Amino acid sequence: MAGLAAAFGSGAMTNSTLDLEQSDCIFLIGSNPTEQHPLVSRRIIQAKEKGAKLIVADPRKIQLADMADIYMRHKSGSDVALLNGMMNVIIENGLYDKSFIEARTEDFEEFATKIKDFSLERAVEITQVPAEDIKQAALAFAQAANSAIVYAMGITQHTTGTDNVLSIANLAMLTGNIGKPGTGVNPLRGQNNVQGACDTGCLVNVLPGYQAVTDQEKRSKVAQTWQVPELPAEVGLTLVEMMNAAAEGKVKAMYIIGENPMISDPDTSHVQKALENLDFLVVQDIFPTEATQLADVVLPSACWAEKEGTFTATDRRVQMVRKAIEPPGEAKSDWEIICELAREMGAGQLFSFKSANEIFEELRKVSPLYAGMTYERINQPDGLQWPCPAEDHPGTTILHQQKFTRGLGKFHVISYRAPAEEPDEEYPYILTTGRMAFHWHTRSMTGRSPVLDNEVPEGYVEVSPEDARELGIIDGQMVEVSTRRGKIKTKALVDKKIGPGVIFIPFHFAEGAANILTHQALDPVAKIPEYKICAARIEKSP
Amino acid sequence: MTEFVPTICPYCGAGCGMLLAVNQGTLVGVEPWARHPISAGKLCIKGWNAHQFVHHEERLTKPLIKENGEFREATWDEALKLIADKLKEIKEKHGPDSIALLSSARCTNEENYVIQKFARAVIGTNNIDHCARL
Repeated sequence: MAGLAAAFGSGAMTNSTLDLEQSDCIFLIGSNPTEQHPLVSRRIIQAKEKGAKLIVADPRKIQLADMADIYMRHKSGSDVALLNGMMNVIIENGLYDKSFIEARTEDFEEFATKIKDFSLERAVEITQVPAEDIKQAALAFAQAANSAIVYAMGITQHTTGTDNVLSIANLAMLTGNIGKPGTGVNPLRGQNNVQGACDTGCLVNVLPGYQAVTDQEKRSKVAQTWQVPELPAEVGLTLVEMMNAAAEGKVKAMYIIGENPMISDPDTSHVQKALENLDFLVVQDIFPTEATQLADVVLPSACWAEKEGTFTATDRRVQMVRKAIEPPGEAKSDWEIICELAREMGAGQLFSFKSANEIFEELRKVSPLYAGMTYERINQPDGLQWPCPAEDHPGTTILHQQKFTRGLGKFHVISYRAPAEEPDEEYPYILTTGRMAFHWHTRSMTGRSPVLDNEVPEGYVEVSPEDARELGIIDGQMVEVSTRRGKIKTKALVDKKIGPGVIFIPFHFAEGAANILTHQALDPVAKIPEYKICAARIEKSP
Repeated sequence: MTEFVPTICPYCGAGCGMLLAVNQGTLVGVEPWARHPISAGKLCIKGWNAHQFVHHEERLTKPLIKENGEFREATWDEALKLIADKLKEIKEKHGPDSIALLSSARCTNEENYVIQKFARAVIGTNNIDHCARL
């Protein structure tokens, strides 16, 4: 999100999910929507059926790659090189959108000079994709009337994640594919309400509505609405930084809501040490997890079907969540619990909310993006897309139509950087982690849903047929996968989806947990861990 | 009588609409929502089965306090008082930035708003994050 904020001034999906159907060319990179966002995948297939070109770039030959016009199996971590190579072809062939660049963007000259130096040959060398494929992809993307880019964590979960996003923004601006239907830069957000958690300020550097905590004026305005004298001005610790600070004894207490860092965070042995080192840990969740086991106090939450409120979808669409049943036993909504705790701590006057609607009314006073939204307006099938600054504003289906949020779109010069940990003699494979269709995150919900759990009840490691032959591993055999962080036992799934030299493990499972193996290397700006690449060894289980 | 309550799927960020089938206070199934723009009457396998974990016997139903390494059930008053005392004590002794909070991309906007307000206005720290990066 940091990358898009720097290039466009707003770090969210520029277009709507519905919009994909109007595209003439969809470039899917680092996203596997058939497994992760199935109904977005359906839109892509519908666009394809209507005649759109489909370009897929992914180290794994995902399902949509099978129907793609061009599929590029680029080397893990070579996204910048691939995108720079494509942009080199576009500039060399004079296919860039001169009028868009002139009217809407800045810093193009320096960018174009650097791209001309980044030859197609260099891109081929780094990505291991044939020159002809890169060329055809570049031409198809630049020549279609409306081209859209769709990406997800295959782009962001790298130490070069922000660079990858900036390169995608460069490609969209270079070809004028911003601000109209069927175009745009479209990051698919993972969790049901990850967009909303960001919008409402559950981030270390921004208040609700992406108002920087370091901005004195914004801070005072929010403090005034809340009727508190002042708000903290220093940027806080992100998730991985919190764990490090806990391990070092600087963070003494943690309060974790609806999250199981014992499975989902990188290098979980380190996470366990960090949480055990705390003086006090509260975990609030719907099920017991590996994290509740370590807590001093566990509080029972209501789940989504048991409360009122709103979720914000990946395309900035705010939608109503309705209470269908009562929570079990004494479980309560997370907002009720926090309000009661605030009262217990003597701050009850700031938390006198009696309903989700009352909270939303305050949220829209604080966040300009939601200012024009009310429950009454949201309460219809389409919801409302932000920004919606006034009650007579229809919401925004496409961002940056006349101008970018920051004024002019900014081109960034991006050079290729290698990943933090590359394969070597001792650990010769690239380990990449991700998700699958039948499970969700740490499986606390899907692992308890019989239909889903029966589909894939245990973890596995995908190995290419070539590597399996060389290692003498057969499909279904138990193997050991190790990295500098640890070792796990799991089952081999020999699958041609994955290319030689790369192995893939879904991170959902506690048994043979992928995150025992991953490392804490972070993108320097976005602080996202490099889940997609670390060096690993795989061998037959003794 | 089965009632149908329109809502949004709890899994991915696509934001599909679904109808929760409720019979006498029990969630019995999920039906697609034809008029919803994103899902347009379709759902994926996770969506179709979104009700299955809700009434699972392992749901947490009471506050738990750990004593001598074992959890025991507690009242809300007791649990909240203990948390309030501990957080106040740690804040006083080590400063607000010695406390960190993780919110959730599974929670509603309203809940996330309240949680970050609690972190900033009551604890006095910007150590508030969630799993966006994972």
